[in-house]
Amino acid sequence: MLRSDVSSDRALARPEGREGRAASPPARAATSPRGTSPHGAAPPPAPTTDELLQLLTPDGVRRAEPTLDPWVADVDDERLLDLYEDMVVARRFDIEAVALQRQGELGLWPPLLGQEAAQIGSARALRPDDFAFTSYRENGVAYCRGASPTDLVRVWRGTALSGWDPRSIGMATPQVMIGAQTLHATGYALGCRIDGVDSAAVAYFGDGATSKGDVHEAMVFAASFRAPVVFFCQNNQWAISEPVGLQTRRPIADRAFGYGIPSLRVDGNDVLAVTAATRIALDRARRGDGPTFVEAVTYRRGPHTTSDDPTRYVDPEVQASWEQRDPLTRVERLLGASGALTEDRAGAIKANAERFAHEMREGCLALPVPAPTSVFDHVLVEPSAALARQRSEYAAYLAMFDDGEPR
Amino acid sequence: MTATTMAAALGSGLRRALEDDPRVVLLGEDIGRLGGVFRVTDGLQRDFGADRVMDTPLAESGILGVAVGLAYRGFRPVCEIQFDGFSYPAVDELVTQVSRLHYRTGGAIRMPITVRIPYGGGIGAVEHHSESPEAYFAHTPGLRVVTCGGPQDAHTMLRQAIACDDPVVFLEPKRRYWLKDEVDEELDGALPLDRARVVVEGSDVTLAAYGPLVVTARDAAIAARDEGVSIEVVDLRSLAPLDLDTLERSVRRTHRLVVAHEAQRSGGLGAEIAAGVTERCFDVLQAPVARVTGFDAPYPPAKVEEHFLPDLDRVLDAVDRVVGRPHALAGWSAAS
Ligand SMILES: Cc1ncc(C[n+]2csc(CCOP(=O)(O)OP(=O)(O)O)c2C)c(N)n1
Ligand SMILES: [Mg+2]
Repeated sequence: MLRSDVSSDRALARPEGREGRAASPPARAATSPRGTSPHGAAPPPAPTTDELLQLLTPDGVRRAEPTLDPWVADVDDERLLDLYEDMVVARRFDIEAVALQRQGELGLWPPLLGQEAAQIGSARALRPDDFAFTSYRENGVAYCRGASPTDLVRVWRGTALSGWDPRSIGMATPQVMIGAQTLHATGYALGCRIDGVDSAAVAYFGDGATSKGDVHEAMVFAASFRAPVVFFCQNNQWAISEPVGLQTRRPIADRAFGYGIPSLRVDGNDVLAVTAATRIALDRARRGDGPTFVEAVTYRRGPHTTSDDPTRYVDPEVQASWEQRDPLTRVERLLGASGALTEDRAGAIKANAERFAHEMREGCLALPVPAPTSVFDHVLVEPSAALARQRSEYAAYLAMFDDGEPR
Repeated sequence: MTATTMAAALGSGLRRALEDDPRVVLLGEDIGRLGGVFRVTDGLQRDFGADRVMDTPLAESGILGVAVGLAYRGFRPVCEIQFDGFSYPAVDELVTQVSRLHYRTGGAIRMPITVRIPYGGGIGAVEHHSESPEAYFAHTPGLRVVTCGGPQDAHTMLRQAIACDDPVVFLEPKRRYWLKDEVDEELDGALPLDRARVVVEGSDVTLAAYGPLVVTARDAAIAARDEGVSIEVVDLRSLAPLDLDTLERSVRRTHRLVVAHEAQRSGGLGAEIAAGVTERCFDVLQAPVARVTGFDAPYPPAKVEEHFLPDLDRVLDAVDRVVGRPHALAGWSAAS
C-alpha cells in the first residue's frame, strides 16, 4: 500500500517488474480522527492495527499483507532469529546505558525502549554502502551499522562530539539539531545520483522533527532532484512532553503526498513490517524512482532522556496499552510456537547481549579524558595563526601549574 | 590582458574551478539558465550540465544542508546565496553544521563548502539587499570569511576558497561587480587566502578596509596625499582568521590606525581589529584606533543610504582625527 495518488508521474509509481510486490490501493481516506483537540493537548489514541501495515500481530501471529509479504519472503526463522537477537542486544545495552547514567558515568542517555523493531528492522535492510543520517536516539541503528559498544557512549560520557568516524560505518554523527540530518541525507543521496551508483541515504527523524523547516525543505529538494533517500520517521508519539497531535493533525505519512513522495505507514513495533517497508523504499531509491517516506508507528516507553520526568505527562493507561504491543514479545511468541527459539538459542542470545552490555560498561569506564589542548584540535583543517596563538598561550598558562603552584 | 569586471572575474574563477576539479558542484537559486541575478554564473550550466550547476528550490537552509550531505559524499559544493539578507535562513546550517562538522568528527569529515554571498550596500536596493553580515560569520569558529576588493582578488581568492578544505564564506561586494581591472588567471605565487595585503604604502596612518571600501580607501589615500598626509591602505581580505601580523607591521611604522567597514559598529570587525592591534601595538600607538562604520541601525532606505555608508569624507575625517589635524570635524584631538 504505497500511499500515493501521484502515479500519473511514472517515476513515483510503484516499482515495476515485481508483480504483486507493491500493489497500489487507493490512498487513505482524506479525513482522520487524529488530533481533534484544538492544541493537540491529548495524545492521540494508539492507532488500531487495521490502520497500519502489519505482518506480525502482538500475539505473534503472522498475517498476510500483500504489499509487504513479497519483500520478506527470504526472512525465514533463522533470519528472523537474527533480527530478534539484534533487538535483544539493543534492549540490553540501552538498559546498561541508563544504568551507567544513573551511576553518574554518563551525563545523559536517550533510551530507545519500545523502538527496537523500528530501528533494527530498518537498519538491517541497509547495505554497507548506504549511509544513515540519524538523530540521537538511533543507537540501535548505530549498533547495526557497526558501532562498537564503546562508540555508543563516547558522546554521552562527554569525551568526544562524535562516537565514530562516519565514513567507517556509513553513518553520520547523530544529529542534535532536530531535523537537520534530513537535509544532509538528501544531499548525500543527490551525490549518489550524480555519481551514478545505486547506494541510498536514509534519514531517521522523529514525529516532532516533522514540524521543522529543514525536514520540509529536505522533502522538497529530494522530490525535485529525485534523490535516492528514504525518509524514515519513527513516530514514537512524543517530542519530549508534546504529543504527536501537536505536530500534525493528520497521520504523518500523509504529509509526503503533498511533496509528491509516496509513503508507507507501518506498525513500527513489527520488525518484519519495518524490514519490508524499508526494503520497498530502498528498492525505489536504487531504481532511480526517488524518495520514499516511511512512518513507523511506535511508542517511546521510557523517558525522553534520563533527565526527563514523563510522569508529568504520560497517561499510564496509554503506556500500558503499548506495553501489550512489545516488539520483542511478538517475535518470541511466533518463534516459540514454530520451535525455532529453543531454550538453548534464547540462552545464547541473552549471553551475547550480556557480553555487549559488559563491553559497553568496561569501554565506558576506560575512556580517557582528552588532553586539555585538544579543545583547539580540528577547528580548521589548516590551523590558523590566531588559534595556534591561543593554544600556545593556554599551554603556557597550564604549564605554570606543573608543580602544583603557579610560578 | 584585457580588463574584466569583478562579476566576470568571479565567473571565470568558477569556470576554472569546475574545470580543475570534477567534484566541484554549484548550487543556488536562479544560477542555471538565468546565470544568477548578477549573471556571475552565466553560461556555466550550459557548459557543465545541470548536475554540476544546479538550480535549487527556493530554500537557503536547504541549499546549505544539501551541501553538507554532498560534502559527506566527497563533493566540493559552491553555494550561492542570492543576497546578503537571505543568508540568515542559512545561518542555522552554517553555524550548527558546516562550521563544526570537522571539529565534531575529530577531523574525519571535511566541509570544503564555499558560500558566495553578494553583500553590502550602495546599489539603491530594497530592504534585505544591502547588508553586511560578516561579523556573524567571523564570530563562528570553523568558518573562514573572506572578501575581495577588486577583480583580480575576486578571481584568485574564489578559486583558492573553493580549493580550500575548510568552509569559506566568500563575500562579494556587489556594488563593485562592475569594477574593471586586468585579471591574471595564474594561481601560482598568489597571496594565500588568509593574508591581508598592503595596497597603498604610506607612513602617517594605516587605513584598514575590506570589500567595497577598498576602493574608497584608495581614493582617501590619494586625496590625503594632496593634503600632505601619507595613508597606508591595508586590504584585509581575510576577516576570519584576521591577518593581524600584516596589520601590526604596518601600524608599527605608522603608529596610527583607522578601520573602515560598512557593517554596523557594535560587535563588528572594527572592534575586534582595534582590540587586536591595541594588544599588540599599545607601545607605539599615538592615538586610539578610530572606526568608520555603518551606524547601529538597520540598513536604511535607499534615499538615505549615503548617510549610512562610510564615504571618502567620513574616512578622511577619521584620518584627520587620528593624525590630530586641527581642522578635524569631530570634537576630540587624538594626538594631544
Ligand atoms: C532545533 C532543536 N530544537 C529543540 C531541541 C530540543 N529537543 C531535543 S529532542 C526534542 C524532541 C524531539 O522529538 P522527536 O523529533 O519526536 O524525536 P524523539 O525524541 O521522540 O526521538 C526537542 C524539542 C533540539 N534538540 N533541536
Ligand atoms: Mg518522537
